[in-house]
Amino acid sequence: MELPPYATTGQRIWHYTFKVLCGLILFFLIAPIVVIIPLSFNAENFFTFTPGMLAFEADAYSFKHYQDFFSNPDWQQALVNSVQIAPVATLLSVSLGTLAAVGLSQDHVPFRRAIMAILISPMIVPLIISAAGMYFFYSRIGLQGTYVGVVLAHAALGIPFVIITVTATLVGFDRSLTRAAANMGADPVTTFFKIQMPLILPGVISGGLFAFITSFDEVVVVLFVGSAGQKTLPWQMFTGLREQISPTILAVATILVGISIALLTTVELLRRRSERLRGMSPG
Amino acid sequence: MSDASQAGPVLAADGTPLKKSLQRALRAQKLRALALIAPLLIFILVTFVGPIADMLFRSVENAIVSETLPRTVVALEDWDHEAGEAPSEDVYRMMTYDMVTAAELKTHTRLGSRLNYETTGISSMFRKTGRRVDDFGEEYTDQFVALNPAWEEPATWVALMAASTDPFAISPAAEQALPETASIYADFAKTIADTKGDSVTEEEPWHPVYLALYTDLIANPDAASAFSGESAALISAAAAAVPTFEVTTTKDLFVKADKGWTDPEVWGTIKAFTPEYTSGYFLASVDLKKSPDGIESLPEDRQIYMLLFKRTLFMSLMIMGSCVILGYPIAFLLANLPMRTSNLLMILVLLPFWTSLLVRTSAWKILLQQQGVINDILVWIGLVDDADRLVMINNQFGTIVAMTHILLPFMILPLYSVMKTIPPYYVRAAKSLGATNWVAFWRVYFPQSVPGIGAGCILVFILAIGYYITPELVGGTTGTFISNRIAYHISSSLNWGLAAALGTILLAVVLILYWVYDKIVGIDNVSLG
Repeated sequence: MELPPYATTGQRIWHYTFKVLCGLILFFLIAPIVVIIPLSFNAENFFTFTPGMLAFEADAYSFKHYQDFFSNPDWQQALVNSVQIAPVATLLSVSLGTLAAVGLSQDHVPFRRAIMAILISPMIVPLIISAAGMYFFYSRIGLQGTYVGVVLAHAALGIPFVIITVTATLVGFDRSLTRAAANMGADPVTTFFKIQMPLILPGVISGGLFAFITSFDEVVVVLFVGSAGQKTLPWQMFTGLREQISPTILAVATILVGISIALLTTVELLRRRSERLRGMSPG
Repeated sequence: MSDASQAGPVLAADGTPLKKSLQRALRAQKLRALALIAPLLIFILVTFVGPIADMLFRSVENAIVSETLPRTVVALEDWDHEAGEAPSEDVYRMMTYDMVTAAELKTHTRLGSRLNYETTGISSMFRKTGRRVDDFGEEYTDQFVALNPAWEEPATWVALMAASTDPFAISPAAEQALPETASIYADFAKTIADTKGDSVTEEEPWHPVYLALYTDLIANPDAASAFSGESAALISAAAAAVPTFEVTTTKDLFVKADKGWTDPEVWGTIKAFTPEYTSGYFLASVDLKKSPDGIESLPEDRQIYMLLFKRTLFMSLMIMGSCVILGYPIAFLLANLPMRTSNLLMILVLLPFWTSLLVRTSAWKILLQQQGVINDILVWIGLVDDADRLVMINNQFGTIVAMTHILLPFMILPLYSVMKTIPPYYVRAAKSLGATNWVAFWRVYFPQSVPGIGAGCILVFILAIGYYITPELVGGTTGTFISNRIAYHISSSLNWGLAAALGTILLAVVLILYWVYDKIVGIDNVSLG
C-alpha cells in the first residue's frame, strides 16, 4: 500500500481518497459502539450529549444509570438468569461438540457432508423459525417456560460455532502424535485427554466463547421458549427498547461492550497461540 | 517367499485375506467415528431439526374440521356448492349433533376461529350457535316426555342403548335399529364422562338425542322389533306416536341463531376445508384464497404477504449491496497492509462482530432518533433546520443502516480470507506489461476476489432475510420483514398454520441458498475471524 515515489498526482489523489474512504467506513463500524460509552455517563436522562458534557464539566457526568442497573431488581434478576443459563448451555455444546468434531475429523466418516450440514444448520436457519419450532415442541413436552428448555435451546444454537472452530483446529493437528501415544500403550481415552485435548484446547476454548456469547446475546429463542422466570439480559433490553426506553440501557450496553472486548481479546490471544503451535509442529 | 509366487488373494499375518481384514479395520474406524458423532447428532435432531419439521407440518395440517364435525363432513359430500343453495335438512341435523358435542367440549370456538381465517364472520356464527345448540330439539324432548315420562329417566336410556356386557358401550341392536340415536348417544355418554366425570346413569340426555330418536323412528317405524321387554313396548308406543308429532326443522333453528347459516358460502368453506391436509395456509401466504369455487386472489386491500415478501427481498438485497460496497475496500485494505497494521485494524472489524446485537441496535436507535446525536450534529453544522429534523428511524432507512452495520463483518471476513490468498505478483505482472492501476485491478485482481464476494453475499443475504430483532426495534411499520409477521402470527393472532406456511417458504429460500453456499464455499470453510 506504499505509494511509489514516481506516482502521478492523480494516483496520489486516489491513494489518499481511498484511505479517507476506508477511514470513514471503519468509523461507521466502530462509532456507534464507542458513542454509547460516554453517553452512559450522562447525568441527565437524555440520549444525546448535553452542552455540559461537551464542555467536559464534571457534574454533567454521573454514575446514576449504573447505580440504577445495580439496584433495580428487574435488571439484577435478568443478569442472574443470563449468568445461570449461558455457562450451562456452553458446557453442553462444548462437550458434545468437541466429541463430534473429533469424530468428524477421522478419515473415513460416512455421510460426512450431510452430517456437517445438519450440525451447522442452527446457525443458518432463521432464528424466528427455530424459535417457533422449539416453542411448539417444548410446550408439547412441558419444557416451555422452564430453565431446562432454554438451556437445551441455547446449547443447540451454540453447537455450530463449536463444531466450526474445533474442526478448524483439528485440521492442523498432527495425527502421528496420537499414534505415538497408542504405540506406547495409552488407551484411546488417555490419548484424548493427555495428548489431543491439550493441543486443541485453544480451539475448544474459543468455540466455547462463541457458544457463550451466542447464548448470552440471544433474544428471539428465549422470548418464545422462556417465560418471565427466564428473563435474560438481552430480553430485558429488548422490552426496554420496545416499550419505554430508559438510559439504563446505555449503562448495560457499555458493560456488555466491556465483556465483548474481554472475550475478543481472549479469542485473539488463543488464535495466535494456536497458530504458533501449528507453525512449530511438524507437518 | 512361496506365498508371493502363489496366485490368489494376499493374506494378512493371521491368514485372512488382506482385503477382508482391511475392510474390517475400516468398518471399525467408521463405527468409532459415528459413535463419537452420534450423541450430538441425536441431540440436534431431537432439540432442533425435529421441532422445526414438526412446526412446518402445521402448515398443511387441517384435521380440525373433520375431527370436530365428523357427521356434517360426510353429509356435505352429496351437497353441490355450484347449485348456490343452502344444503338440505339432513346436513343441518348432522351439524346439530356435531355442534352440540363440540359445544360441550368447547372445541367449536377453535374451529370457528380456524374457519374465520377463510371466511370472515364464521367465528361469531359458531359462538352464537354454540350457546344455543343444546336447546335444539327441545320440542321433541317435550313431546316424548308427554307421551311417557319414562323418557326423562336416564335409566330408560341406559336400558335402551347400553350393551348388556359393558354399560359404556352401545348395544349392537340399538345401533342397528336406531343408528342416529345410537351415534349421538355414544357421543353424549363419552362427553359427559370426560368433561364432568358424570355417568350416563345420572344425566338426562341432550335435547338433540331426542331429535335423533324422532328421526330414527320416522325412518324405521319397525324399530321396536330389535328390542325386548319394557324397551320394546316403549319404542313401539313412541313409533306409533311420532307421525303425529309437531315438527320443527333444525334449519330454522340454525337460522334463528344466526342468519349466516343460509349462506351457501359458509357451507362451501366448511366443505372446502374438510380434507385432513390443506393448501389453504400456503395460498394465504401468497395472497390467494381457497374458495368453494376454486382458487382466487384476495381483494386488493387485503393483499399483504406478497408485498411483505417483496419488501423482505428488496431490503435484504439493499443490505447485501451496501455490505459489498462498504466491505470490499476494507477487506482490500486489510489484505494489503503489513501484518502489524492490519491486525490492529482487524480489531475494529471484530469488535462490532463480538458486540451484542442489542447493544448495536440500541446504539442505532439512539443515534438515529430525532433528538439523537446525528440529528444534533446535522443541526449544529447547519445542514438541517432545527424545526424539521430528519426522520431516520422506524422506517426502511433505519433498518437498512442498522442491519448493514450489524452484518458488515460477515462480508468483510470471507472477503478478507479470499483476498489474503491472492498472490501479489499477478497485479505486478499486469502493471509491468503496461496495465494502468485501474486495468490491473479490474482485469486481474477483481476476478480473483469474486469467490469472496459470492461467499460474503450469500452469507449476508441468508442472515438478513430471516432477521427479526433489528427490524422489530428500528423498522416501524414500513421497515419490517416477513419474520416479524411470523412472530405476530405465533404470539398475537395465534394463526399458527399461516405462521408455519410463511416460515416454510422462508426456510425453503434459506435452505436453497445454504445449499448453494455449501457448493461454492463448503460449510467447513466458514471462518469465524
